[in-house]
Amino acid sequence: MELTNENVLGLLIDKFGEDRIRDAYDPDGIMTFFTDRDTIVPLIQYLYDEDALQIRFLTTMCGIHYPDQKDKELCVMYQLHNLRHNYRIRIKVSLSAADPVVPTLTGLYATANWMERETFDFYGIIFTGHPNLTRILNVEDMEYHPMLKQYPLEDQTREDKIDTFFGR
Amino acid sequence: MATETKDKKQTTALEDYRGYRELVQQYEHDDTLTTLNLGPTHPATHGIFQNILKMDGEVIKSAVPTIGYIHRAFEKIAERRPFYQITPLTDRMNYCSAPINNMGYHMTVEKLLGITIPKRAQYIRVIMMELARISDHLICNSVIGVDSGALTGFLYVMQEREKIYDIYEEVCGARLTTNMGRIGGMERDLSPKAIHLIEEFLVRFPKVWGEFENMLTRNRIFIDRTEGVSPISAERALNYGFTGPNLRAAGVDYDVRVMNPYSSYEDFDFEIPVGTNGDIYDRFMVRNEEIWQSLKIIKQAVTNLPEGSYHADAPHYYLPPKQAVYTSMEALIYHFKIVMGEVEAPKGEVYHSVEGGNGELGFYLISDGGRTPYRLHFRRPCFIYYQAYSELIVGSQLSDAILTLSSLNVIAGELDS
Repeated sequence: MELTNENVLGLLIDKFGEDRIRDAYDPDGIMTFFTDRDTIVPLIQYLYDEDALQIRFLTTMCGIHYPDQKDKELCVMYQLHNLRHNYRIRIKVSLSAADPVVPTLTGLYATANWMERETFDFYGIIFTGHPNLTRILNVEDMEYHPMLKQYPLEDQTREDKIDTFFGR
Repeated sequence: MATETKDKKQTTALEDYRGYRELVQQYEHDDTLTTLNLGPTHPATHGIFQNILKMDGEVIKSAVPTIGYIHRAFEKIAERRPFYQITPLTDRMNYCSAPINNMGYHMTVEKLLGITIPKRAQYIRVIMMELARISDHLICNSVIGVDSGALTGFLYVMQEREKIYDIYEEVCGARLTTNMGRIGGMERDLSPKAIHLIEEFLVRFPKVWGEFENMLTRNRIFIDRTEGVSPISAERALNYGFTGPNLRAAGVDYDVRVMNPYSSYEDFDFEIPVGTNGDIYDRFMVRNEEIWQSLKIIKQAVTNLPEGSYHADAPHYYLPPKQAVYTSMEALIYHFKIVMGEVEAPKGEVYHSVEGGNGELGFYLISDGGRTPYRLHFRRPCFIYYQAYSELIVGSQLSDAILTLSSLNVIAGELDS
């Protein structure tokens, strides 16, 4: 089977059903679709195990915050790569801000360890089953997750920075 | 490629990984062992890295890395800046090869905007990116020499890096954090002096690098220090997300320049060196050979440099020439809009990756149609493969750990973003 977006999408819908593989689109040549958090680990395991797909390289992972989308405020993006046939795929999981929990991928990819810690650090998304889910780039006693859109770039309570010095 | 395996359990279940974690946990709180803080500011770590080691004599029993000492929140800052002001942030990630970061970012934005770049600009980019790759690998390899006791070679090849920086200076005006090029091409054409400097470099550098290679590649002491030290299998390396020279040293021929050619890399004839064990010696040799291949690419690009414009015709995004700003109303308006960051990008979502000094440097950009990116995520190769470091050094000696760190070429700026 040739790895094209249509073929792979067809295969995944056959396996997991249309309600779990949804809203597929193709923004930049990389097929992107949404799934839910119960499917994400079996799905990525299937991409890994299935001989026709062999998608076995986790390129990157990140969080995204959409404060205006009700009950889908947070999103985790996984991007995977088949190095043999040079085929990339992007998977997204939408989460509500009240319950930002996803299962971890560290059982399959060692590299997911720090990527998940980074996503937790910046977006507060909790990866269940992660061996060491602590902050990675920010200080441990930070009380918020700084990449969320409600936080401005600079600390508004600072008094040592006067706007006129910065041309504002 | 080495992604295929017979025994599925070994790759998926991470038995090694669990074994290693148990080992770390077993020794982490063992009071009979010596605790050693390697870093954060230690002259041998070449950057700000902390590793809390548990030592049994000279042997490392457990290592717990702490990172984030120079985290500067680039992803957050990028969400509040116009597109052209993000380029200087990318410089400061891998500062040993800043032009690759700059141009990788420019290509990402161009992909979002749908701008096609003229051939000449693409070739100039290839020349600058390959020079950057040489300066990156040159530092890494000479520092491996320093850490194994050969300082002379480092000081000798450092002079050549200055020559590369002279070329940068002629092309863009800066030396270390270059901010080179613009969205849509280069800010100026290659001057005759720049071409002269590049040609001079192409003549002199092979002799210098040949001498450096002669000093180390067949040196008994060096081979004894590096061969078989901190090896990693292809399977483990892929599982850890290794890319670039460190992955190729383990035997996987993945190179973004060949797999997803960008900026006309398909026009050039070059080879991808691969190693076998993924140990320090293999990493050293792969980088060595890549320097020769980069020289080959630069030679081809300079010889076949096409005629034409050095930037795309994209007046909404590319700054007009200064003379035009003073004389034409249209240019003045474009200039004002671009400089004040009032140019809106179309809605979209793109991922673009380039082969950076250390591996696949990816940019994931989401635009909501505004003046700044909605989300810009950097796939930093150092951040991803540095997590393997503690696994590589547990069980080895302290002096080998230092050598492992420099052979992975971990750049603190890229690690912490």
